[in-house]
Amino acid sequence: MAVSHVESHGAESALAHHFDNMEQQREAGSIGMWVFLVQEIMFFGALFLAYAIFRAKYPAAFAAASNHLDIKLGAVNTVVLIVSSLTMALAVYYAQTGVRRLQVLFLTITLLLGLTFLGIKAVEYQEKYVDNLIPGSLIPGHPFNPNLEEFRLPPEASVKNVEMFYWIYFAMTGLHALHMIIGVAILAYLIWKAWRGRYTPEYHAPVEISGLYWHFVDIVWIFLFPLLYLLGRHFGGGH
Amino acid sequence: MSEHIVSKKVYFVIFGALMVGTALTVLAAFQDLDHFFAGANTVLALTIAVIKATLVVLYFMHVRYSSRLTWVIVAAGIFWLAIMFVLTISDYLTRPNGLTPPG
Repeated sequence: MAVSHVESHGAESALAHHFDNMEQQREAGSIGMWVFLVQEIMFFGALFLAYAIFRAKYPAAFAAASNHLDIKLGAVNTVVLIVSSLTMALAVYYAQTGVRRLQVLFLTITLLLGLTFLGIKAVEYQEKYVDNLIPGSLIPGHPFNPNLEEFRLPPEASVKNVEMFYWIYFAMTGLHALHMIIGVAILAYLIWKAWRGRYTPEYHAPVEISGLYWHFVDIVWIFLFPLLYLLGRHFGGGH
Repeated sequence: MSEHIVSKKVYFVIFGALMVGTALTVLAAFQDLDHFFAGANTVLALTIAVIKATLVVLYFMHVRYSSRLTWVIVAAGIFWLAIMFVLTISDYLTRPNGLTPPG
């Protein structure tokens, strides 16, 4: 970001020399973030495309494997992320209006909600590990080896097809979780800076731009939750 | 053009809509809608997800109040995503057993 090298001497000095005014600088930063997010759309999009193709090829196995995911944990995490998007939006609001205490408070709540999401995700991954559902041989001595009675696979679906679902599940949720971890680190930095009074109504582009990133990660989960957790529930199978 | 500050009320209304959308998604997932047409459940789930994502982009991410250039960039992202999906899937669909279950 253009502003990163600026010393914290208040709003006027926050203007980098290659911009005419704060408004132009803010707009440029925001647009730069959007270009980055478009790139994010493309590479998450490639995974969604892989999901679509393999789900079309192996519908029965995907429904059975999806029904084995923990819908309660997935739904709770969806709510956690939506609340965290609200608190992030409010943190931006209090940066814009210059209320330092509430800005720090809402950034902190957002960070804690991010950690909550990651904790719940870790519990889910742990369950998959115990059930031998980590695909391939990613973990030595723990190859993919599902208990097929739990899955009630129809005859046309093979174990390999179920494994493909878990490859895609771990690739998509893993990449999403990586984004969450980066987001939490960004929030920790913002809290430190906000605490020291770095962000004012004149200069708060880092908060605004980080908000864009955080909301984007929320949007990815808005699609992941129904596609991964809910796709086969109406068949009445699973549990 | 100075920065537009979205009111807190707007944020809370959008938050409420997102929560309702999440509840609807879960409820709808347990209804068998596939007797309307094959894949109706997925179509409904994706429709709700697209509406939720649009609300987040327009209000939480302030695009509704942003410059034309921001709109163009967002639209370009969606357009290129559509190209990737349409071209890849049309390729699969024009091959024997491309997108159909084996056997």
